[in-house]
Amino acid sequence: MQEAKTLKGYRHEVGRALANDFLREAMDKFAVAYRESRARAFAEMDIDALVADVAAAKDQALHRLDHLFSQFKRNADAMGVKVHLADTADAANRIIADIARDNGVRTVIKSKSMTAEETLLNHHLEHEGLEVTETDLGEWIIQLRHEGPSHMVMPAIHLSRHQVADLFTQVTGQHQDSEIQRLVKVARRELRQKFAQADMGISGANFAIADTGTIGLVTNEGNARLVTTLPRVHVALIGLDKLLPGLVDALKILRVLPRNATGQAITSYVTWITGPAEYNPSETGPAKQMHIVFLDNGRRALARDPIFAQVLRCVRCGACANVCPVYRMVGGHQYGHIYIGAIGLIVTYFFHGREKARNLVQNCINCGACKAVCAAGIDLPQLIKEVHARIQDEEGHPLQSTMLATVLKNRRLFHTLLRSAQLAQRPVTGGTAYLRHLPHIFSKQHNFRALPAIAERPFRDRWPALRTRVAQPRCKVALFSGCVQDFVYPEQLEAGLRLLVAHGVDVDFPMEQSCCGLPVAMMGENKAARDVARQNVAAIDPDRYDYIVTLCASCASHLRHAYPRLLGDEPDVGPKAEAFAAKVQPLSVLLHHILAIDNAAFSASGEMATYHAPCHLCRGMDEHTAPKALMATTGYGFSPAAEEETCCGFGGTYSAKFPEISAEILTKKLSDIEATGARLLVTECPGCVMQLRGGAKQRGMKIRVAHLAEALAERLKLNT
Amino acid sequence: MATMTVLEETFQKRAEAVSAVVTKVTGMAEAFDYALDLCERKEACQLLAAGCGEPLSADAEALCGLKQQKVIAAPALPTQAWTALKQRCDQSGILLTDRPLRRHLAGIDIGFTLADLGIAETGTLVIDSGSEEVRLATMISEIHVAVLPISRLRCDALAAEAELREFMQKPAGYLAFITGASRTADIERVLAIGVHGPLELHVLMMEEV
Repeated sequence: MQEAKTLKGYRHEVGRALANDFLREAMDKFAVAYRESRARAFAEMDIDALVADVAAAKDQALHRLDHLFSQFKRNADAMGVKVHLADTADAANRIIADIARDNGVRTVIKSKSMTAEETLLNHHLEHEGLEVTETDLGEWIIQLRHEGPSHMVMPAIHLSRHQVADLFTQVTGQHQDSEIQRLVKVARRELRQKFAQADMGISGANFAIADTGTIGLVTNEGNARLVTTLPRVHVALIGLDKLLPGLVDALKILRVLPRNATGQAITSYVTWITGPAEYNPSETGPAKQMHIVFLDNGRRALARDPIFAQVLRCVRCGACANVCPVYRMVGGHQYGHIYIGAIGLIVTYFFHGREKARNLVQNCINCGACKAVCAAGIDLPQLIKEVHARIQDEEGHPLQSTMLATVLKNRRLFHTLLRSAQLAQRPVTGGTAYLRHLPHIFSKQHNFRALPAIAERPFRDRWPALRTRVAQPRCKVALFSGCVQDFVYPEQLEAGLRLLVAHGVDVDFPMEQSCCGLPVAMMGENKAARDVARQNVAAIDPDRYDYIVTLCASCASHLRHAYPRLLGDEPDVGPKAEAFAAKVQPLSVLLHHILAIDNAAFSASGEMATYHAPCHLCRGMDEHTAPKALMATTGYGFSPAAEEETCCGFGGTYSAKFPEISAEILTKKLSDIEATGARLLVTECPGCVMQLRGGAKQRGMKIRVAHLAEALAERLKLNT
Repeated sequence: MATMTVLEETFQKRAEAVSAVVTKVTGMAEAFDYALDLCERKEACQLLAAGCGEPLSADAEALCGLKQQKVIAAPALPTQAWTALKQRCDQSGILLTDRPLRRHLAGIDIGFTLADLGIAETGTLVIDSGSEEVRLATMISEIHVAVLPISRLRCDALAAEAELREFMQKPAGYLAFITGASRTADIERVLAIGVHGPLELHVLMMEEV
């Protein structure tokens, strides 16, 4: 449960988590194993279509939440269920405490409910003098330790078997060894006795089906079946977002939820309850009571929000945490308040308030892994940025981010600053190509990687001399440089230019182009992001070019996906921005898929190379093959690296804000690279080059790090 | 008939993938043979696996002492079948019961049930558990033996939607999808079977006689 008051305090807690070796090792194993089991579970299925089904079913339900609630209530009432609606977390807790009091309840057993975690129900009931026992094994463990969950599906994933053994030794008063199968059996017996005695059972639910008044519970342990069966009172606490029109919607979600959560085709138990269940403690005892408490806590307002409504599509599978490189480094207690992972960063703002969300939303590296794995197709990285922007609009923008926004909006000022920074750095580069670079000129230093110096002459100054006319060109492209390549790595652009010209492409470099705007978008400066986008669309008229080509994957994905969103609703610029975005292509896609170049222009290298897939290329542009195919075309040997598509830890401004996390992600990445034995590491994004080259240098690795354009261009035959 | 075979194969493959034991039987008599054989072969101290052999707190330990004799719970059996099974259990010194299973929270050796549907895609049993005794038989037993008539196999849950809705809409509806044994991976993500419910699930795919 993250509760740090300041960003500094948060960084401190993150630092402590990074030092927890058990956590780090467990998380590494989990990240790799999860990807494999998920792939197996979805084998031969069309994942995109299944996810689209879930998104459509949830969206339809969210459009008529109030209607579905009334329908559910009517049907459940008819079955003898008492249905309650709680506006706030506190109201829900009070309703449940009242039910307990009215029924003379002393002991309560619970099955897993994230909604009950959200309302801090246990604290409330214990305060009322009730004895509450969690019966999901992981939940019981963290309850005994007085902790919050560190994962939505595996709440005790941060603990070792030894910690559990020590805990169970305390609980039973008997020595327990740390053999997991035995610990599980101890829990079985200890909890069975709690089931036998409890007066009330509290469950959550994964589905609330309006047209039959049925709730659905998805579990592996089966404890929810005992919780809903043995005590004479059953209370289900359910977020309003779990309402669905019919069984068919729930079944569609059920095809995706377990596969995405744990790589299971289905969980051991799925339970559908319609009305109070049969209850036989004695022939004459009281009848079973069933209450359903629906929790609003901001959900109805959220469902009407044009930007954020999709947050409520979440089916709580936890996959966004499973694939997050930051979660993997710091664990769930540092990556959410109560809800964990990318979705947790977002809903914390809506369910628990700005105070709790302020630091968390800044800890997204924007690699897009969560979006690619989401069971409901939620655009999580974008929504995290939106929450960040909203908090800054509410609280005022920090100086750093305002400065960056002001500077970036004014291309001349921005470029003048970069030029003066180039002059200012001269005394400290020591004649090397390393120092520090933009946009970190506004941030404090960090030394886990060597940072490059700003180039003596940016690409834009070299362009007039480089401009090459191509007779009968195959196509005409505008080159979008992005600021890193323009000012730090102009040689990458020169290499790209040589490749394009050698393959009959007419290249233009429109001089009025500026930064793509991603750095300001990452800092929650939406207005500046729009201003910069408008400038670029004005600078590069899409009607004059067949393609707009960039060698920076982050620029490509921002230009392609963010520009239509940022400018789409502006009547004059909107259509132009759409046309602009549609023409954006990464260099590798143009060369491999569009021009389909062969090896004629190259002399084969034979050097053993490996590849790092930039996040914004493999996920941002959904391009997984072109760079490697081009490396094969030019005759490089290839030794694949483990976790090729996992983030390198750069994340632009992220690595300036959370250097310790960035450094840890990089260390893991470099170890995977080192294990390939390759002499050359190729990637297609200047940000990744900066991170990987700087890290490899600092670590004293022998490997050469090159942008794809450089690796290919150096194999061009001299006469081309 | 050919399509049925594909369904059977898929069901068996999927159920075995989650460590269910799948066997073919022809008729209830063979199913009873199977359950009794399993119960007899089951060691008297099988409860060890269920945790009674572990060092427990005094309260939890007390529950273990309640169990004296091997028990099969078979709620919801038709009278004729019940009588046949009862005779077999009596001969073997096994207690056959159908209610109230609340008295057996310490554990039942075998829960014997009839599945209403089978879902091939996931190897899932669908059991109408409106009866509390059926719910408990499938939860507190150490081994759950379920008979699934082959004619009740369906391709996937969506294909069975109309039938599922009918079960659901019964008053006091409690419908269970059961796939494999009770499991958890809550400690270090290591799979452990039988955390709350059965340690084993046996599915007897029954040919119509």
